[in-house]
Amino acid sequence: MSTTEIDRQWTTRLRRRVAGKLPPEKLLPDTQPTYVASWIYVFGVTTMAALGVVIVSGCLLALRGPQWWHTSSVGHFVNSLHLWSVEIFFFAMVIHLWGKYFMAAWRGGRALTWMTGVFTFLVSIATAFTGYVSQSNFDSQWISTQAKDGINSTGAGAFWNVLNTGQMLMWHIVLLPLAAVVLTVFHVLLVRIKGVVPPFEKDGAEVAQ
Amino acid sequence: MRSKAFRPDVDAPEWKGGYSPYDIIKEGIIAVVVVSILTVLLAIAFGSPDDPSITVKAWSTNDPMDFAATALSELNNTSGTAQYGAPYNKASTGQQLGPLTLAKWVGARIPINTVNDFVINPLKSLPGQPALSSDLSQWSSASTSTRANWVNNYTHAANKMKIVSGQLVVNTTSAGPVPLMMSDLLQMARTGALDQALVTQNGFYTTDYTLPLLFLADGTYMANLAQKQHLTGDQWGMMNETGNYPGQAWLWLYTFWYQVSPMNSSGNGDILVWGIMMVLSAGLLLMPFIPGLRSIPRKTRVYRLIWREHYRDVE
Amino acid sequence: MSSFGLLAAIWPLTTLGHYVHWHIIQISVANLTVIILMVVTFIVALFAPFPGRRRRKEKP
Repeated sequence: MSTTEIDRQWTTRLRRRVAGKLPPEKLLPDTQPTYVASWIYVFGVTTMAALGVVIVSGCLLALRGPQWWHTSSVGHFVNSLHLWSVEIFFFAMVIHLWGKYFMAAWRGGRALTWMTGVFTFLVSIATAFTGYVSQSNFDSQWISTQAKDGINSTGAGAFWNVLNTGQMLMWHIVLLPLAAVVLTVFHVLLVRIKGVVPPFEKDGAEVAQ
Repeated sequence: MRSKAFRPDVDAPEWKGGYSPYDIIKEGIIAVVVVSILTVLLAIAFGSPDDPSITVKAWSTNDPMDFAATALSELNNTSGTAQYGAPYNKASTGQQLGPLTLAKWVGARIPINTVNDFVINPLKSLPGQPALSSDLSQWSSASTSTRANWVNNYTHAANKMKIVSGQLVVNTTSAGPVPLMMSDLLQMARTGALDQALVTQNGFYTTDYTLPLLFLADGTYMANLAQKQHLTGDQWGMMNETGNYPGQAWLWLYTFWYQVSPMNSSGNGDILVWGIMMVLSAGLLLMPFIPGLRSIPRKTRVYRLIWREHYRDVE
Repeated sequence: MSSFGLLAAIWPLTTLGHYVHWHIIQISVANLTVIILMVVTFIVALFAPFPGRRRRKEKP
């Protein structure tokens, strides 16, 4: 094969594009701008860490099936880990959102980073909701019979039946976590590619370039 | 060359300053360790709630009058489910958002006939009941108008419905097979057989609880239990959890709209709230493109706290 | 059933919830606590000094 033929290959083109946008030193940097000097910056990684604990505790719950936690003290403890890691996840994510809003972190071509973050937030709410209706207890019965009216009113209830526990469980353990993880990865890669948003100019003045 | 105006809420200055050491892997691992320890401590301290599910059996045992009244509403098509409209039936137009009747347009894709699904079919599944079998045959072979007549007569007499020695008693002689059918349905519910019949209509394996959940929701027993736990809509229940546990606090804005007019009293309340939340969610998503809203961070100057070290160095 | 033995919760929050009522707002003490903690955490994060200032001022 000639060099130009190799250059034209999809693999070569993709690799060069990815490596160009995200070389190893950008993917795993060892320095950061000196303006990154506030505790507000820890809430992104805290959110991701919490997501990790949510997924691991969810996997542990999956080991013995959806009824396990009702009849086993170990299962109930794992359920408690899952509940509290979800609380920490939302706690950290919302503070992260507040911080990023007040930094106007969409500036400088970072609109997609902001939007993937908001979309992840919305998907997380749907994931939590499907979790609540998958508990197979009184809470699930009540939440599902109440939520059905809102979802049915949009027409979506004809396809997404919150009273169908099997469907809700599968959305909760397969489809929505997959979406949340893919969005989170995309979101974090965008931060690595674009860098952390620089501070406003002093006093936030408009400056003609 | 024409200079391009720098828009401080859209553009970011290029960073020409210094960089300091940053250990991203160490940061990630510390975060995982801290969150894991916190999660374990919270789980040990507080556990998690698990109020057991209620059954049709429990409902019919603890509140037989409510069960019987609900079963009658399924038979005479006045229950919430019977009148719901899409996706269960075509009994009503359903909720509207201006000219949009979204649920109706999608249609009744989860068809439910409350008479057959909640009363007749479950009773038909009972074996070895000669009197009931005879009544069910009488019902099946009757015309629609005859059935309607029986049900109307029974409904009128049911104002004085009572439970005597565990039996449902409605004094009427012109309701055909309906009195025995309703009485047998109550007995069936009390044995737990109705719980089973409602989920196995689609076969041996099922994870779809649509029928028993709708039946429970049509009565007041489940709602009364929910009221005690502060879970109903007018109690901001969407945010709440049973007991003293924190709930889905992030649903605060969604549940807020249900407390204010006109959503709190409108028959279209749900679609109105969804419409509002779709608009607000779109606003949050598209914040970078909304003048005014995207200027609030710069104007409120909270950023001066976040980047105070940087501004001190610049000065 | 569950919640017994070594892994049982120390302070299970299973008694009926306490609620705060203010005009149309009704909020559980648990949710209010979480929200207050979030606001406090946010404010503390904004104001708390961040370590490593001397390291950042040194030229690399």
